[in-house]
Amino acid sequence: MITHALTDTSTLTGRSLRHILRSPDTIITTVVTPIALMLLFVFVLGGAIKTGSEESYVNYMLPGILLITIASGIAYTAYRLFLDMQGGIFDRFQSMPIARSSVLWAHVLTSVVANLVSISIVIGVALILGFRTGASFGAWLAVAGILVLFTLALTWLAVIAGLSAKTVDGASAFSYPLIFLPFISSAFVPTDSMPGPVAWFAEHQPVTSIVDTIRALFAQESVGNDIWMALAWLVGILVVAYAFAIVLYRRKIS
Amino acid sequence: MTEEPAIRVQGLKKSFKKLHVLRGVDFEVERGSVFALLGSNGAGKTTVVKILATLLKSDAGTATVHGFDVATRAGEVRESISLTGQFAAVDEILTGRENLILVAKLRHMKAPGAIADELLVRFSLTEAGNRKAATYSGGMRRRLDIAMSLIGKPPIIFLDEPTTGLDPEGRIEVWETVKQLAAQGTTVLLTTQYLDEAEQLADRIAILHKGTIIQTGTLAYLKQLLPVATVEYVEKQPSLEDVFLALVGDTRATGSEEVSDTASDGRAVR
Repeated sequence: MITHALTDTSTLTGRSLRHILRSPDTIITTVVTPIALMLLFVFVLGGAIKTGSEESYVNYMLPGILLITIASGIAYTAYRLFLDMQGGIFDRFQSMPIARSSVLWAHVLTSVVANLVSISIVIGVALILGFRTGASFGAWLAVAGILVLFTLALTWLAVIAGLSAKTVDGASAFSYPLIFLPFISSAFVPTDSMPGPVAWFAEHQPVTSIVDTIRALFAQESVGNDIWMALAWLVGILVVAYAFAIVLYRRKIS
Repeated sequence: MTEEPAIRVQGLKKSFKKLHVLRGVDFEVERGSVFALLGSNGAGKTTVVKILATLLKSDAGTATVHGFDVATRAGEVRESISLTGQFAAVDEILTGRENLILVAKLRHMKAPGAIADELLVRFSLTEAGNRKAATYSGGMRRRLDIAMSLIGKPPIIFLDEPTTGLDPEGRIEVWETVKQLAAQGTTVLLTTQYLDEAEQLADRIAILHKGTIIQTGTLAYLKQLLPVATVEYVEKQPSLEDVFLALVGDTRATGSEEVSDTASDGRAVR
């Protein structure tokens, strides 16, 4: 049964990856907003922002932009899952002798691949805009690992949204607050420039520790405690979202 | 084991909140037969099929499919069945061929490509095989749907309202497919709201009304339930369907009558 779970998951992942290849607009719409934001901040707003570091502003804000990219990308997972359930193909899969968890895992793995592609495009544009890093291969790996973990955690949230949505719009609307979250963090301006309660929220929400970690990795600085904070948040969200999603899925298919 | 019916349903009940959809459904489907569950919209046909296909749990009663209880041995039931749901469950973004390969892989078949090509030929979809399923007509989509259900040769096939929403030509295409299946010994449980469809295809018909089966039997038996036929002289007008098919010049208009003749012959022999 475990071998079935692996082959079934890879078969179904192949299916949804093909969906992305055939409608690359899902990648394009994912990267358009972060790139537009990046242009806006670099060329319009960034000049007025005092980050208190010697890094260029594009270096400063890229981690937050990457998180926004992922937050908008995962909405498509909820969307695709919802469409599968509506169209009847979900029922077809569930009535076949396949490993049942593979239906969800296929969407999750597809999300990871699609988001890695989106992130690469955004980093490419950032390089054109002047993003520079001397990060070692190990630091890049660590950044990739954190971004994959962030994608997984948010994708399982998207699975919950996709499974419980009543309409297509509902399936993807949940991602808007997630896209907004980096704005109330250290992603674009230092948190100490914010008024008390807002600064408190910004310093204690997960995005800040993740952004600070990625920024430190790119800048070849010490990540300090931020990385442990970031990992704790990511693993915590991942575990809770995964558990909820599985409970919801079991209820759905029984 | 051979005497065991393909499907046995006893006292099946299912409610959705306060709506009692099934209030005790009983029927048996003989191996290798075509069984029609006839009922109007909302009679509970799809609920019965979903329970038999292990997609829903019943509140009470038992159901066995291919000798396996749907509640306790769902895995084995899934090995024995194929479901063609009410809405053609094909992946519209994939091509017809890719859809078939997908199902063949999920059924862990060897040489999925060869299986797909064979089915494309059998269902006259070879030319359309490399086109996205989204571009298919309703009839083609249904044929692809049914072709996907045949992969792995499951002994029992559920067809939930296979012709709902199809144009007359598409309907005839599907009917011919079901007749071919029956000829090969596959057990078919079909739900329909069309009387003529049940009449054309089914060996036995069960009428599902308000959550219970009110009559089961062969067409001949059900006809006996009516008062003795009186003989009247009625001028036979072509039906609109005859007119439509004649006008669009489809040769299958006459072909379908021939097929139905052979089907009734076949039934008499059996």
